[in-house]
Amino acid sequence: MNLIESVRIALRSVSANKLRSGLTMLGIIIGVMAVITMLSIGRGMQTTVTAQINSIGTNLLFVRPGNTQQGGVRQQESAATLTREDANALATLPNVTSVAPEIDGFGQVAYMGNNAVGRILGVTPEYQYAMNANVASGEFVSAANVQARAAVVVLGAGIAQTLFDTADPIGSNVRINGQNFRVIGVMEPKGGTGFMNTDTQIYVPITTAGSRLVGAARFRGGDVVSTVNVRITDTSVQDSVVQDISDVLRERHRTQFQDDFTIQSQQDILNTLTQITDAFTIFLGGIAGISLIVGGIGIMNIMLVSVTERTREIGIRKAIGARRRDILIQFLTEAMILSLFGGLIGLLFGAAIARMISGIQMGNTTLQTVVDLDAVLLAISFSLGVGLFFGIYPANRAATLHPIDALRYE
Amino acid sequence: MSAVIEIKEVKKIYKMGDVEVPALNGISLQVESGEIVAITGPSGSGKSTLMNIIGCLDTPTSGTYILDGVDVSKLSDDQQAVIRNKKIGFVFQTFNLLPRTRALDQVELPMVYAGAPDRKQRALAALESVGLADRVHHRPNELSGGQQQRVAIARALVNDPSIILADEPTGNLDSKAGREVMSIFQRLNRERGITVILVTHEPAIAAHTRRIIHIRDGFIVDDEPVAKPKDAEAEFSLYNNNSTGDRHESH
Repeated sequence: MNLIESVRIALRSVSANKLRSGLTMLGIIIGVMAVITMLSIGRGMQTTVTAQINSIGTNLLFVRPGNTQQGGVRQQESAATLTREDANALATLPNVTSVAPEIDGFGQVAYMGNNAVGRILGVTPEYQYAMNANVASGEFVSAANVQARAAVVVLGAGIAQTLFDTADPIGSNVRINGQNFRVIGVMEPKGGTGFMNTDTQIYVPITTAGSRLVGAARFRGGDVVSTVNVRITDTSVQDSVVQDISDVLRERHRTQFQDDFTIQSQQDILNTLTQITDAFTIFLGGIAGISLIVGGIGIMNIMLVSVTERTREIGIRKAIGARRRDILIQFLTEAMILSLFGGLIGLLFGAAIARMISGIQMGNTTLQTVVDLDAVLLAISFSLGVGLFFGIYPANRAATLHPIDALRYE
Repeated sequence: MSAVIEIKEVKKIYKMGDVEVPALNGISLQVESGEIVAITGPSGSGKSTLMNIIGCLDTPTSGTYILDGVDVSKLSDDQQAVIRNKKIGFVFQTFNLLPRTRALDQVELPMVYAGAPDRKQRALAALESVGLADRVHHRPNELSGGQQQRVAIARALVNDPSIILADEPTGNLDSKAGREVMSIFQRLNRERGITVILVTHEPAIAAHTRRIIHIRDGFIVDDEPVAKPKDAEAEFSLYNNNSTGDRHESH
C-alpha cells in the first residue's frame, strides 16, 4: 500500500467523524498556537535588541573605569582614573576610527510647563561618529561648544517629543537641573526599550557637563570620564585593539598587577543578550510545548478508541490481505494527519495572535513579535512528532490484532 | 486436475487457560482445482476452525496444509496475509464490507494491498460480473443484503484467487437473494474454473455443490459426491416464472 492510498484512507476516516476529529485536533491547535505565540514574543524581543545593537554597530569597544576596593568592599566602576587625556592617547592607536569619551548622570529637563527625566551625557563631537548617532535637525555638539563650555543641548527624540510635542525645539531654552541651556539639535529617533532606549538621552558638551551638571573629578590633571567609546575599523581586529588599549592605559596609569579599567565590546554585549533572549524564548516555548504534549495524549486517546471501534474493519482488512505494516501505516497516518492539520491550523491562529498582540504597550516597552521560519518549522515538525509518538502505540495495537479475533469482535 | 488444497493430519487445539480444547482431531482432505465443495456440520463441529485454517487466518497445531503447492502451515502473520490477498477470496455470512465505503472502493481494496495496477477497470469488471454495474458508487447502507453480498463476492474474486471461501454466504439472505448468490458461485465455478468452498449447515445450499464433506467433533465423518447438483440459475428462472416477474430488488 503506498502513501497516497493510506493518506486517502486516513482522510476518509478523519472526515467520517468530523466532530471527534475536530476536538482531537483542538488539543494540537491550542498547543501549536501557544508555541508559535510564545516563540514570536521571544524572537521579537531578540530582534529588537539585536537590531538596536546592530544599528550602533558591533565594531565598538567601551572602556570603563575598573572596580576598586575601599575598606575591603569592592565598588563597581568606581576607579576615578580614566580621563579625557587617556581618550586622546587611545585615538592615536592603529585600527581605531574614533574615540569618544563621555561622562553621564541623570537629570530633569524642563520647558514651559513640561518636564522629562533623562540620562545626561557629556560628549565630544566624536560621539556621533563613534556611536552612529545622527541629528535629525539642527547640529550636534561641536568642538567649539566643548572648548567654550557652552550651555547648549542636543535632545533625544523622545525628550524633544515630550517637551515640545510637534513644535520645533531648536533655538528654545530649556532648563536642565535648573540651569538654562539652548537647544541646538534633535537626534534621530532610534527606538529601543528600557535601559537600551537612547531617545531619552540628552547631550551636552563634555566640559559643560563636568563643570555644571555632573561634577567631574580630576585625576593627574585630567578630567575624569565615565566611559570611553572606541570605534574600531572591524570586529576582526578587536582582540589586537583591546590589547593595545590595555597596554596604553597600563602604561599611563602605571598599574602592573591590577587593571583599573575594563574593556567591553559591543559584540560581547550582543552575545550576552542573545544568550539571555534565547534562554527566554526556549523557556516560553517549553511551557507552551507542554500543552502540545497534552494535545498529543488526546490524539492517543482518540486513536485507541478508534482502534477498538474499528476492530472489525481491521479484521476485514486483514482477511483480504492487509499486512501488519499496512494497518500500522494506516493508523499512524491517521494520527499524523490529525496532528499535522491541527498543527497547521494552530500555526495560522498563532501567527494571527502574534500579529494582534504586536505593538501592545506593556509598561514602558512595546511588545514586538516575530514569527520566523524556524518557529514555523519547529512547531510543524514537533506536532508531527507528537502525532508519530502518540500514534505508534494505538497503531501497533491495531496492527497486531489477530484477524480471527478482530473479525469476530462485536 | 491437480490438488489446490492438500490437508494432512491437521489438528487444532485451543488453550483456554490450563484446559486444552481440541477443535480438529486430525483431518486429511484434498480438494482438486475447479471443484465446488460444501463443508457442513453442526455448530461446534470444527467446521469454522477448518475454514479458518483453509483461509490462512489461522495455523494448525500440527499437520501440514499445502495450498497451491505451497506449504502454508508454518507461515508468519504477514506471509499469511499475502497468501490471503493473492490466493483466497473470502465471502462472509455478515458480508463484512467496510462501513461508509463505496462499492467500487471496497472491491479495489484487495488490489490496493497487492499493489496491483488498473484497479478501477478491474474493480468495475468484477462488479459487472456480479450484476452490480449500476451500483458502483453506492455505500453498504444503500444496498440490499443480496447486493452487499454480491459486492463481497466481487471483492473476493478481483485478485483472481485460487479458491473462494464462503462462510454461510446465504445465512443472512432471504431465499431469493440466497439463490442469486449461489448462482453466481456456480457460474464462477463453471465458467472460470474457480474452486469454491462453502461452509454451510443448510442442506438446501449444500445441494448446489458437487461434493459434501460432513464434519462432526473435529473429524470428517462423511465425504460424498453429489450425484445431481441443483442448478441455482434454473431454480431462479423457475422462481421468476412463478412470481409476478419482479426480478429486481427494491432500490
